[in-house]
Amino acid sequence: MVAGFIIELLQITLVIGLAPIFAGWVKMLKCWSQGRSSPSILQPYRNLLKLFSKDIILAENASWIFRFMPYLVFGTGAMVSAIIPILSTDLPLSLTADVIVLVALFATARFFTALAGMDIGTAFGGMGSSREMMIASIAEPAMLMAIFTVSLSCGSTSLARIVETIYSPASVIKPSLVFAFIAFVLITLAETGRVPVDNPATHLELTMVHEAMILEYSGRHLALIEWAGMMKLFLYISLGVALFAPMGIAVYATPAGISLAFIYLLLKLGFSGIVIVLIETGFAKMRLFRLTEFLGAAFLMATLGMLSFFMLE
Amino acid sequence: MTQVTLTPLSLASFAVILLIAQTAVVSILIKNEKLMTTVCFCLSAIASFAATAAGVWTVSLGTARSAIMELGLPGLPFHLRLDPLSGYFLVLIGLLSFFVSIYSIGYVKGFLGRRPVARLCVFYNLFLAGMFMVVLADDALFFLISWETMAAASYFLVMFEDEQVENRRAAFLYIVVAHVGAVAILLAFGVMAGLAAGFDDFSGFTFDAMRQAEFPAEWATVAFLLAFFGFGAKAGIVPLHVWLPEAHPVAPSNISALMSGVMLKTAIYGLLRVAFDLIKNIPWWWGALVIVIGIISALIGILYAMMEKDIKRLLAYSSVENIGIIMIGIGMTMVFKAFGQEILAALSLIAALYHAMNHALFKGLLFMGAGAVLHATHERNMEEMGGLIHKMPWTAVFFLVGCISISALPPFNGFVSEWLTFQAFLLSPSLPSPMMKLLMPLGAALLALTAALAAACFVKAFGVTFLGQWRGHNRPQVHEVCWSMRIGMGMAALSCLLLGILPTVFINCMDVVAEHLTGGKLTTSANALGWIWLTPIAPERASYSGLVVFLGTIAIYAIVYIILHVNPGKIHRGPIWDCGFEKLTNRMQYNATSFSMPLRRIFGFIFNLKEEVRLVPQQAHSAFPKKLIYSLRIRDRFWNWIYKPIASTSFWISRKVGRLQQGRINTYLIYSFITIIFLLLFVR
Amino acid sequence: METITQINSFLAALVLLTAFGMLSQKRISSLIHLFTWQGLFLSINTAIVGYVAGRHHLYISSILTLSLKVILLPYILHVLIARLKHRKDVETVVNIPTTMLIGIVLVIFSYHLTAPVRELSTFITRSTLAIALATVMIGLLMMITRRHAVTQIIGFLAMENGLFFAATSTTYGMPLVVELGVALDVLIAAFIFGMFFFQIHTTFDSLDVDQMARLKEES
Repeated sequence: MVAGFIIELLQITLVIGLAPIFAGWVKMLKCWSQGRSSPSILQPYRNLLKLFSKDIILAENASWIFRFMPYLVFGTGAMVSAIIPILSTDLPLSLTADVIVLVALFATARFFTALAGMDIGTAFGGMGSSREMMIASIAEPAMLMAIFTVSLSCGSTSLARIVETIYSPASVIKPSLVFAFIAFVLITLAETGRVPVDNPATHLELTMVHEAMILEYSGRHLALIEWAGMMKLFLYISLGVALFAPMGIAVYATPAGISLAFIYLLLKLGFSGIVIVLIETGFAKMRLFRLTEFLGAAFLMATLGMLSFFMLE
Repeated sequence: MTQVTLTPLSLASFAVILLIAQTAVVSILIKNEKLMTTVCFCLSAIASFAATAAGVWTVSLGTARSAIMELGLPGLPFHLRLDPLSGYFLVLIGLLSFFVSIYSIGYVKGFLGRRPVARLCVFYNLFLAGMFMVVLADDALFFLISWETMAAASYFLVMFEDEQVENRRAAFLYIVVAHVGAVAILLAFGVMAGLAAGFDDFSGFTFDAMRQAEFPAEWATVAFLLAFFGFGAKAGIVPLHVWLPEAHPVAPSNISALMSGVMLKTAIYGLLRVAFDLIKNIPWWWGALVIVIGIISALIGILYAMMEKDIKRLLAYSSVENIGIIMIGIGMTMVFKAFGQEILAALSLIAALYHAMNHALFKGLLFMGAGAVLHATHERNMEEMGGLIHKMPWTAVFFLVGCISISALPPFNGFVSEWLTFQAFLLSPSLPSPMMKLLMPLGAALLALTAALAAACFVKAFGVTFLGQWRGHNRPQVHEVCWSMRIGMGMAALSCLLLGILPTVFINCMDVVAEHLTGGKLTTSANALGWIWLTPIAPERASYSGLVVFLGTIAIYAIVYIILHVNPGKIHRGPIWDCGFEKLTNRMQYNATSFSMPLRRIFGFIFNLKEEVRLVPQQAHSAFPKKLIYSLRIRDRFWNWIYKPIASTSFWISRKVGRLQQGRINTYLIYSFITIIFLLLFVR
Repeated sequence: METITQINSFLAALVLLTAFGMLSQKRISSLIHLFTWQGLFLSINTAIVGYVAGRHHLYISSILTLSLKVILLPYILHVLIARLKHRKDVETVVNIPTTMLIGIVLVIFSYHLTAPVRELSTFITRSTLAIALATVMIGLLMMITRRHAVTQIIGFLAMENGLFFAATSTTYGMPLVVELGVALDVLIAAFIFGMFFFQIHTTFDSLDVDQMARLKEES
C-alpha cells in the first residue's frame, strides 16, 4: 500500500515535471523541421518561472470563477496523472476513475475554462468559449466512441485492466483497435489544441480558440494554465499509450520494473513528439467550419472501429 | 373505531390530508395574505417532509402495504398501496417539494399585493396532493382521479399570470396535450382491466387484479403502446414535447421547478408501474422502441435548448433531454429483462431511477435559480442579463452547482447516473441478439454527444446570465434574494453534491426497488470494495469514486494555493483590455445567440431557422451602414410536421360537423329522433 | 490459422475504410487513388485466401486484380480526367456527412442481412461477408449521390470490387472462367464508359449527368 502511494507521488511529480520538457522537445523538433535554430529544451520552464514571479493584473469585474479556474485546471491535471497507469498499473487510486471518468474530468476543466473566458465580458473571451465548446461537443463523443471500442474489446473500462489485456501476448493487432487509434490521434490533436484545429503559438485574433479564452490572464494564474496545458498534452499521450501501446508499463511495482517503464515512457514520448511535429508541419490550420469535417472523420473512424469490432472479431 | 398505528402508509396519507386541508387554512387566513403564505408554505413543507419520510421508511422496509378506503363510488372503493417503487417516487417528489416549499415562502412574497396569492396557495397544495396520490394509488380509478387533479391544478398554476395572451395559449396547449395523454392512459387501463376480469365485471380495475392476470401478447402490446403514448405526452418525449417549452416558462418559477422536476417523473412512475408491475412480460422490441425514442428526445431536446435565449425555455427543453436519458435507461432495462439478464436490468433501472432523482434535484434547483434571477431582474431573456454573479453571489453559486450537475460533470450527481447508463450500454455484448449488440454502443455514442452538448448549453446558460457585464439596455437595481429562497436552493444544491459523492450509499437503498421490478440485485457487486468505490457488476470492469475525486481536487487545490501564496506577487485591478479600441461597450459581449452560432451552423438542418440581416444605410455614405439589424427566429420543426396538420384537420372536421348546427329547434329534434330510431334498431 | 483470419479481417476493414474514404473524398484524383488502394487490398486478400484454402486459381485472379484494378483502370481514369480537362471537384447531390451516415446505416444493414450466412458457413473468411456486401452497397450509394459521370464509373467499379470480395470470402472465389469473364467485362465496360464520356463531353461540354435529363422528350 505504501509502495503504491509512493508510485502515485512519483507519477504526479513525473507528469508535472516532465510535461514542460516534453513541450520543449516538441518545440525543438518543430524548429528543426522548419530549419530554424531552436530554444533550449528547458525553455518552457524558464517561461513558467518568469510568469510565476510576475504580478497579476486582474480586470475590474473579474469574479471568483476567474481566479478559481487556474487552480482547478491544474488540480484536475494532477488528479488525472494519479489515475492513468503511466509507470505502473498497481496504483491504489486507479479505482477512483475509469476511462469515462477521466474524459469527464477533462470536461470539467474545460467547462470552467470556458466560464472563465466569459467572465470578463470581452468579445474575445466569449468567442473562445463558444468555439471551444463547439469543438468539444463533437470531439468528446468521438473520444468516448474510440474508448468504448477499446473497452468493448477488453471487457472493461478500467484503465489498469485495459493495459493488462492489451499487453497480454494473446492479443494481436485488431482492425477495431487500429481504427480507434486513428480516431484517438485526431481527437488528441483537437482536444489539446494542436495545429489543424487550433494553433497554440498564435495570438492572431480571428483564429484563436484556447488562447482567446485565457487572453486576460497574467502572472501565476497564466503560469498555472500554461503548465496545465502542457500536462494535458502529456496526459493525452499517456492515455493513448495506456490504451493502445502499453508495452513496458510495470504490472508489479518493483524498482526494476518502474525504471524500465520510465525508459519505455521516454522512448514513446520522444516518438510521439516526432509524430505530432510531422502532423503539425504537414497540415495547415483549418478554418473553423472545416473542423466539423475533421472531427466528423474522427467520429467516423471510431464508429467504423466499433462496427468492425462486432463484425470481424 | 380502529386504532391508527403509525405506518408508512398512514404517514403518507397524513401528508396528503394535510395538503388538502390547507384549503381551509387559506380561507381562514385570507384577510392577512402575508401570514397566509408563510403558514401555508410551511405546512406544505411539513407535509412534503412527512411524505419523504414515509417514502424512505417504505424503501428501507422493502415490503408492500396496501389499504382500502371506502370513499368514492359505491362498490368502487379507493385502493392505496405503498411498495418500494412508489416509496422511491414518494421520496423523489417529497424531497423536491420540501425544498421548493421553503423557497416559495420567500418567492411568493414577491406577488403579494399584485396578484391573488390565495389561488396560488390552494392550487399549489392541490398539485402536490395530486402527485402524492398518483404514487399511492392502487387502482385505475383512483389513479386517474389523482392524475386529473394534478393536471387540473397545474393548469390553473400555469394560468396564474393570465392577463397575457401568451400565457393563456400555453396553458390551453398544456391542458389539451394532458387530456389527450389521459385518454390514452384511460384506454390502456381499460384494455388491461377488461382482460383481467372480463368486460362485464368491474373488479378488474384494481392494479392487483391486473397484476394477477396474464395478458395475451398482442393485447399487452396495445396496452403498453397506449400507456407509453399517454405517459410520454406527460413526460414530454419527442414529438409530444411541444407543450413543455410553452407551459413551463410562463408558470411562476416555483411551479416550473415542480412541474419540470417532479410532475414529469410521475409519468415515468406510471410507465414503470404499467410495464414492469402490471404487464410484466416484456418483449425486447418495446425496450428498443423506448431506447430509440429516448435517444431522439435527448438529442432534439438539448439541441433546441442550446438555441434558446429565454432562460426558462432553455431549462424546459433541457427537461426533454433528461427525460430522454431516463427513457434510455428504462428501455435498456426492458431489453435486458426480456433477454433474462436480471443483474444488467437492475443496473439500467438503477441508472434510470438515479437519473430521475438527479433530474428532479438539479432541474428543480435550476428553475429556482431562474426564479431568483427573474425575481431580481424581472427579465427572462438572458441577453438582457450579465454580471449577476457580483450582485447575487449566493444564487450564482447554487445555479452553478445545478449547471455542473446537469452537464454530467464529476463529482456532482448528474455524472453518476450518466456513467451508470454508459456502463449499461457497454454491457450489450452479453445480449444474444447480434443486432442489439451492435446498435446499443452506437446509442452510447449519441448519449455522449448529448452530454457534451449539455455542457456547452449550460456554459452558455451560466455564462450569459451570471458572467460578463450587464448586457441589457437599461440597468435595473438587482439585489440578492431573501433567505428562504437561498435556503431552498442551498439544500437542493447540497443534495446534488451528496448524491454525487456518495452514490454507493444511495444505490444500496435503491436496490430493493430494482429487485422488486427486475428480480436482479446490484448490491452484492456494487459494494465489493466498500462504500467509497462504486463498482457496478465487478470491480475490474469499472469503478468510480466521487468522494475521492472531490477530496483529491480540493486537496490539490489547497496545496497549490498554499505553495503559491507563501510569497505571492501583488494583484492589481485594472480596466478590461480593449485592444486599444477604446469604444468597447457592454453590447459587444458574446450573448446567447452568438454563443450558440457555431453549433447552430453545424446542426442547422434540425431547426426551422429564419435568419435575417438588414442594413440601414446612412444618407451620406452608403458604404458605411448606420446600423445592422439581425433577427433570428427558431421554430420547433415538430410543430409544422405534426401539430399543424392535426390542428387543421380537426378544424376542418369541426367545420363540417358545424354544418349540423342550424339554430332551428325542429332540426335538432329530428337529429334526436333519428338517433333514437337507430339505437332502437341496434339494440333490438 | 488464427493469424490468417486476423489478416483477412484486417484487409476487410481496410477495404471498408477505402470505401468510406471514397464517399468522403472531394477531389477526383484522390478518389482514383483510393480506388487503387482498394484494388490492392483486394488482390492481397485474394492471394492470402488462395494460399490458405489451397485454391491455386485464386493466385491468377489475384494477379488479374492487381494488373487490372491497380494498374490499368486507374491509369485509364487518370488519362480520362486529364483529357477531359474538367474541374477537379466532386459534385454531390446529398452533402457528405449525410452520405456518411447513410453509409454507416448500410453497413449495419448488411451485417443484419448476412447474419444467417455467418451462422451456417464454416469458412474462416465468413465474417467478412458483411463488409463485402456493405462495399457493394456503398458503391451503389456513390453512384446515386454523385453527379459527375467519372465518379459514377468509380462507384460502379467499387461495386464490382465488393462483389469480388464477397465471392472470395464466401465461396473461396468463383470458377476461374467466370472470373476471367467478369474481368473482361469490367475492362470493356470501362472502355465503353470512356468513349461514352467523350461523346457526352463533346455534346454537352460537361460531364454532369444531370445534363442527360435534356435528352428526355419535351412534354
